[in-house]
Amino acid sequence: MWEYTDKVKKYFTDPVNVGEIENPDAVGEAGSLACGDALKLTFKMGEDGRIADAKFQTFGCASAIASSSVLTELIKGKTVEEAAKLTNKDIADFLGGLPKEKMHCSVMGEEALRSAIANFHGEKIEPHDEGEVVCQCFGVTDKEIERVAKANDLHTLEEITNYTKAGGGCESCHEQIQEILDRIWAAEGAKPKIEVKPPTKRKLTNIQKMKLIEETLEREVRPALKADGGDIELIDIEGGKVLVSLRGTCSSCAASQATLSQFVQSKLREFVADDLVVEEVKP
Amino acid sequence: MSQRVVYMDNNATSQVAPEIVAAMLPFFGDKYGNPSSMHTFGGAVARPIEEARGKMAALLGAAPGELIFTSCGTESDNTAINAALMSHPEKKHVITTRVEHPAVLNYCQDLVRRGYEVTFLPVDRQGLLDLDRVENAIREDTAIVSIMWANNETGVIFPVEEIARMAKAKGAVFHTDAVQAVGKVPINLKDTAIDMLSLSGHKLHAPKGVGVLYVRKGTRFVPYIKGGHQEHGRRAGTENVPYIVGIGKAAELAGANMKEENTRVRALRDKLENGLLEVEATMVNGDREQRLPNTCSVSFEYVEGESILLGLSDLGICASSGSACTSGSLEPSHVLRAMGVPFTAAHGSIRFSLSIYNSEDEVDYVLQHMPPIIERLRAISPFWAKAKKDGLLGAACNTPGYVEP
Repeated sequence: MWEYTDKVKKYFTDPVNVGEIENPDAVGEAGSLACGDALKLTFKMGEDGRIADAKFQTFGCASAIASSSVLTELIKGKTVEEAAKLTNKDIADFLGGLPKEKMHCSVMGEEALRSAIANFHGEKIEPHDEGEVVCQCFGVTDKEIERVAKANDLHTLEEITNYTKAGGGCESCHEQIQEILDRIWAAEGAKPKIEVKPPTKRKLTNIQKMKLIEETLEREVRPALKADGGDIELIDIEGGKVLVSLRGTCSSCAASQATLSQFVQSKLREFVADDLVVEEVKP
Repeated sequence: MSQRVVYMDNNATSQVAPEIVAAMLPFFGDKYGNPSSMHTFGGAVARPIEEARGKMAALLGAAPGELIFTSCGTESDNTAINAALMSHPEKKHVITTRVEHPAVLNYCQDLVRRGYEVTFLPVDRQGLLDLDRVENAIREDTAIVSIMWANNETGVIFPVEEIARMAKAKGAVFHTDAVQAVGKVPINLKDTAIDMLSLSGHKLHAPKGVGVLYVRKGTRFVPYIKGGHQEHGRRAGTENVPYIVGIGKAAELAGANMKEENTRVRALRDKLENGLLEVEATMVNGDREQRLPNTCSVSFEYVEGESILLGLSDLGICASSGSACTSGSLEPSHVLRAMGVPFTAAHGSIRFSLSIYNSEDEVDYVLQHMPPIIERLRAISPFWAKAKKDGLLGAACNTPGYVEP
């Protein structure tokens, strides 16, 4: 269950400005049926050069409907230039905040507004910012990720997904999104707070290393040896040297030396640390 | 907020039966002993545990010694798969389906990362398996076939007894997650080839925090939780006595109520479903025949599930949805996607799951309030009027759905 503010609930239950303006001066669209939410914004200018009326139609969850309704309230009475300065943060702030997983609803509002303003100026409306599509599942471009990341000070992949949906589907674009984040925050000279995924093998304390070696032997090595009637025992760990002893059929097997160096060592290097050397000691 | 609560989300969790609470209470009070103790005081709680085991065995058609008490359905599922893999270390292949509960699905996805080969069997548009495909998937190196008895989202029932025979013929262990099926589908394990079965107490009107794993006598087993000798060394940890007593009572009640589930509850579900289908552009997800008697998954095209749920919630009606906004991810539920439910419908799916505690009056209440909620949301939707004008309604039934990579 989402923790919605009373304002979100109010604008969901009784949204204002629902509908579509006939002969509007601008039409803007964002999202799509496939993506799970979509917004169509229409507005009409008054004689004073300000937005006289605005209406919305939204397919989506409670926070999408509330964000859309608030958007129409926020732009009414503003000049197009003033409206162009509104961002998703203004929408979210007006609602008293949105759950972080729902921030993309406020971003959809901003996108529809940008689309409508482009339409007002007679420019071609694109459902998304121009640029190269990074997230195929939700059709999010690199430009859009960059803009939202900068506007909302987003540094992690998870935040990007919460705000733009990018990376929330098949996840195959995670690396690309991370590259965009690396690039923009490196360019800004800011110290990137980046979640590196997957982590390169972190520096382990001695106790962590011992535990991880034991776990890896138990999970990755022992079952395979047991299948051949053998077993392995961890004798000691001296720095990067792992001393083991073989049991059962393994201990008298001529191929055991090969078993050790190739199999056990490769497993330990894969799961624990790259510099481990396995040596056999006689019991 | 309405004071009334109409609870129709029993596949998520069920109302705790007052009889079960009453049966459990003494074990939160005077009867606090440890069943492993040598003194009479502790030993006095060993007998209620064995009585509970007997009641559960009677419900399942199993021997009491074949049952292990666990903490939940997920633990039972994880334990079963792990046991099959650890006791057949030479076998590196696992078979399951794409519509399993995360307790099995995510465990199997993790197995892939650990180097196992896993076959995730697809389902058709009705959520059914192709049995030839199941049989052909079983190989010499298949350690375990784990297929749910009934689906939690759609209620669709798989022919697990038949699949268990296929697995047995090829020497693979067969496990079924029967969390949703127990108490609704007659089960007589001794007449089947099922090796392991998982169930959970809180879907059976017992509280959360207790489950059962059935392990057929003679099935190779390795414990998941290691420690003391409890449960004959198959599941360490001091017995959760009150909850085990509770799940025993739940088994007794489930046996007694099975007929009602399949008659009165089924009739209520059918009335609810047929009533909901009268709303324009609405369809049922999942095969309507091979299905649990209590579950109804319907999709309302061009509306989004979370909005429907919030509308229902304000009226005290509890249901759930497979829409993106409620699935905890940004895409609709994996079950609806595996079935190829089109996105026009997947986002607007609502699941009602009934129990013996529901009444016809409650069904009428839902049927009275659902149409205005859908109508209001469709009036806000930018797609509804256009789809209606273009004659696209119901087209979802024929259009291709999500295609999984």
